Amino acid sequence: MLTYIARRILYSIPVLLATSFLSFTFITKASDPLANLRANPRTNNPVILHHLAHIYHLDQSLPVRYWYWLQDVFVHKLGVSLLTSQPIWPDISVAIEHTLQIILLAQVIALVLGVAVGIYSAIRQYSPFDYAMTSISFLGYAMPTFWLALILQILFVDIYLKWHVRIFYTSGLNSGVTSSTWSIDRLQHIALPVATLTVVSFALYSRYMRATMLDVINSDYVRTARAKGLPERLVIFRHVVRNALIPIVTVSALQFGALLGGAIVTESIFQLNGMGYFFITRLQTNDVYSVMAYVMIVAITVITFNLLADVLYGYLDPRIRYD
Amino acid sequence: MAEPLLSIRDLAVEFRTEDGIVHAVDGISYDVFPGETLGIVGESGSGKSVSTMALLGLIPQPPGRIASGTAMFQGKDLLKLSPKELRGFRGDEVAMVFQDPMTSLNPVLKVGYQLAETIKTHYPKEPDDKVKSRVVELLRLVGVPNPDARVNQYPHEFSGGMRQRAMIAMAIANSPSLLIADEPTTALDVTIQAQVLEVLKTVQEETQAATILITHDLGIVAEMCDRVLVMYAGRIVEAGDVLTIFRAPRHPYTVGLLDSLPKLTEDEEWLRPIPGSPPSLINRPSGCAFHPRCFLTQGRPRCREDVPELRDAEGAGHFAACHFSEELAGHQSKFSEPVQAGSGT
Amino acid sequence: MTEPTTPLDVKPVAIVDPMAISVPLDLAAAEGMELKTRSQWSYARRRFLRHRLAMIGLVGLIIIFGAGALANFVAPYSFDQIDLTYVLHAPTTVGHHVFGTDEIGRDSLSRIIYGIRTSEQVGLTVAVLSTLFGLVVGAIAGYYRGWLDNVIMRITDLILTLPLLVVLLTVAALLGRSSSVWTIVFIIAAFYWTGIARIVRGVFLSLREKEYVEAAKAVGAGDLRIMFRHILPNTLGPVVVTATLAVADAIILESFLSFLGFGIADPTPSLGKLVSEGQQFPQKWWITVIPGLVLVLIVICVNFVGDGLRDALDPQQRRVRA
Repeated sequence: MLTYIARRILYSIPVLLATSFLSFTFITKASDPLANLRANPRTNNPVILHHLAHIYHLDQSLPVRYWYWLQDVFVHKLGVSLLTSQPIWPDISVAIEHTLQIILLAQVIALVLGVAVGIYSAIRQYSPFDYAMTSISFLGYAMPTFWLALILQILFVDIYLKWHVRIFYTSGLNSGVTSSTWSIDRLQHIALPVATLTVVSFALYSRYMRATMLDVINSDYVRTARAKGLPERLVIFRHVVRNALIPIVTVSALQFGALLGGAIVTESIFQLNGMGYFFITRLQTNDVYSVMAYVMIVAITVITFNLLADVLYGYLDPRIRYD
Repeated sequence: MAEPLLSIRDLAVEFRTEDGIVHAVDGISYDVFPGETLGIVGESGSGKSVSTMALLGLIPQPPGRIASGTAMFQGKDLLKLSPKELRGFRGDEVAMVFQDPMTSLNPVLKVGYQLAETIKTHYPKEPDDKVKSRVVELLRLVGVPNPDARVNQYPHEFSGGMRQRAMIAMAIANSPSLLIADEPTTALDVTIQAQVLEVLKTVQEETQAATILITHDLGIVAEMCDRVLVMYAGRIVEAGDVLTIFRAPRHPYTVGLLDSLPKLTEDEEWLRPIPGSPPSLINRPSGCAFHPRCFLTQGRPRCREDVPELRDAEGAGHFAACHFSEELAGHQSKFSEPVQAGSGT
Repeated sequence: MTEPTTPLDVKPVAIVDPMAISVPLDLAAAEGMELKTRSQWSYARRRFLRHRLAMIGLVGLIIIFGAGALANFVAPYSFDQIDLTYVLHAPTTVGHHVFGTDEIGRDSLSRIIYGIRTSEQVGLTVAVLSTLFGLVVGAIAGYYRGWLDNVIMRITDLILTLPLLVVLLTVAALLGRSSSVWTIVFIIAAFYWTGIARIVRGVFLSLREKEYVEAAKAVGAGDLRIMFRHILPNTLGPVVVTATLAVADAIILESFLSFLGFGIADPTPSLGKLVSEGQQFPQKWWITVIPGLVLVLIVICVNFVGDGLRDALDPQQRRVRA
């Protein structure tokens, strides 16, 4: 198992290099990092621009610039934003922290609810509960997150305007001063975005769990368990659920990895300072190196969680043994 | 005559499907006596598996339904028991071995655990170490090599034949009085088949259990069974002891089955299969279900109109469900002459 | 089934499945039965048509996409027709503006209908393009394996490392903020094919080991022939389903891009853009809710149809309804 993990990590290094190089090439070719400065008449001074171009190696060839960028990433903690001349790492680390909190909450709730509903739907297949849950899941899955987020936002703005009470906040991470991560104020602020993300993930997990359960319930070894005289409760939980959970665990690990790129749209709607928000704002302002930093972090996250998913799968299913 | 261990009367099982109601089992009655091996033979779709699964309540109730019948076992009607009471019998007094060993064991649980589960379900007060040693002993009995180590392995580490042995071990763990083996060797290689059948014989000797052996392979029937039921389209068409059925069948279907087997001691130019294919269980032919394929009917309207009842054919305990079964009197199948070198029965 | 009056009146029809062992023709004729054969495709078609949800989805799609395609005839107004006398009216408050108006008096219903047309164009085109390309690439990778497969897999790996939306946003942003419909189509298709190629490759990998491929090789069939005549028809089931779901995926992706401002340029309406316009007027909920609802309906209908297709084309699935 350890050799497998080592091999995977080794393999991902060229992938990361290639991804970063491709992204770098595309981004630098497609945009002019100094565009913002050029646009501003105060800074549109050929001397300043030339000087800046030299400091940031913009006058060198692409591979050289890439090399400098790589150095920046490792040595200087992702380097400096060309736009703000500020180091990138502090901003992005805060963004990561915020996104992490939201996604953790959303995924845990969605997983627990989704698994429970999936199990029950499968046991009571075709019951009214099953139909109701399947319809809800279908709806939740089909809804674009921006739509759901906006509806929630409109709803709660409406409540505030009508009754002057704030149950949940509709924008920002805190009211006024920075609040601590698990304070009531913070929770009130992230309640709606968490709800939005939970719905989609819940839909996915409950449908998936139901499908896997149904698959397993009809398998031969479950029939054997019944033939042995096991009470139905044990048949379901010891045999069916145990097997059905395996793919769910992997799916959720993959989801988590993908979501850490930040739910871009949800964060913009609710004005939350997370990874997605970071990405969109930097993209809109052509802040090239910040975007690169974001891309690299997302790539690493996805690769890591893919590996985690595979390792978990191998751990839970004794048939899978990596050499 | 001894008291039957299991007495089934008028069992009927149907399934509701998109295309209509499938009458999988259409009113069968038979007895099983203690210690005997009863074979149930038939093609796929004849209802042989369904009838026994109904006994253990393993038919999923929608879409399946036990339409009628009784099954008396140890003084209780298995078909009328509550699920809880039925569970008490399953795996304890009545046990089942299934067809496909590759998928019949839970892949994520150790083999030893799954065997122990059978024991602990019915005898929860047994101490763990006793259970464990019994499990090892069972594995040894069915011929699994190195049982102490194998107990901690997962099913995918067992070969197909070994898995089936483990399944048999699981079935006899609580010394059942009735063992039902549903095509236990169909999914295995021929050489492994022989081994598993040996195991079944050993197990029978050890436990003195009555066995219902379901198969489509007449060879296995000849080797293992005392009595035979022949099923077709959900009904029993012939019943009797093995020797009589093989030598002097009294139902055209049985005759056809035996006829289609190649005889190894003589030259035969052509194999003689039964023409046609098994009937749809949704739209069964009227009257006798076999009549579209029967050589004996000769177009006589009675076969098309009346369903034949199981009635006495010649010989004790020999029954056939054919209107014209008497016309087969004197018919000797190709197996009626004794084979030269002792084949051992 | 109605009871026949006498048994001799009715000629029973035996429907023979060519896959099963058939009743000998003379035997059947002797019984007075007619024989009708059905091909595999008509079985699939029958199953599909019987699938209630799929039929609902199909009808829904026909209505919605039909309206979009015939936008010029169906929409009461042009999508950029400004009428400053009826600004920000709620649905049906003013006679002919069934879905209300936006902030410069454009009729919401018309804009939505044109938005549907945009979604249609994007969804169908992306689905077709990426399926075709993904099919070819996946087939080559899965059939030939070896270094070709490796290369292709590395490329798809690379593309699939980053979440699709991130990639699309980056590309769209840097290619010039808002683009024409076809640019967006191209951008989405350029990355979406990788998922399809993976699926096709998987199917080809498993099918190439089948006995009928060996048999075809044994009689001297060339690679192309095997791929097209033998393996490909067997992949059509999952591929058709994937392509159908791709339509919904593409429409959603485009709506996300447009919502964030990196999608379709003005003045062409897009459902995603319409929803984002509503952000400034949270009180005027219809600007946000209704276009989004249309999106949801489209996705649901497409998914229903996809479900139906999956049921119809997958012969392994046996579902016994209570």
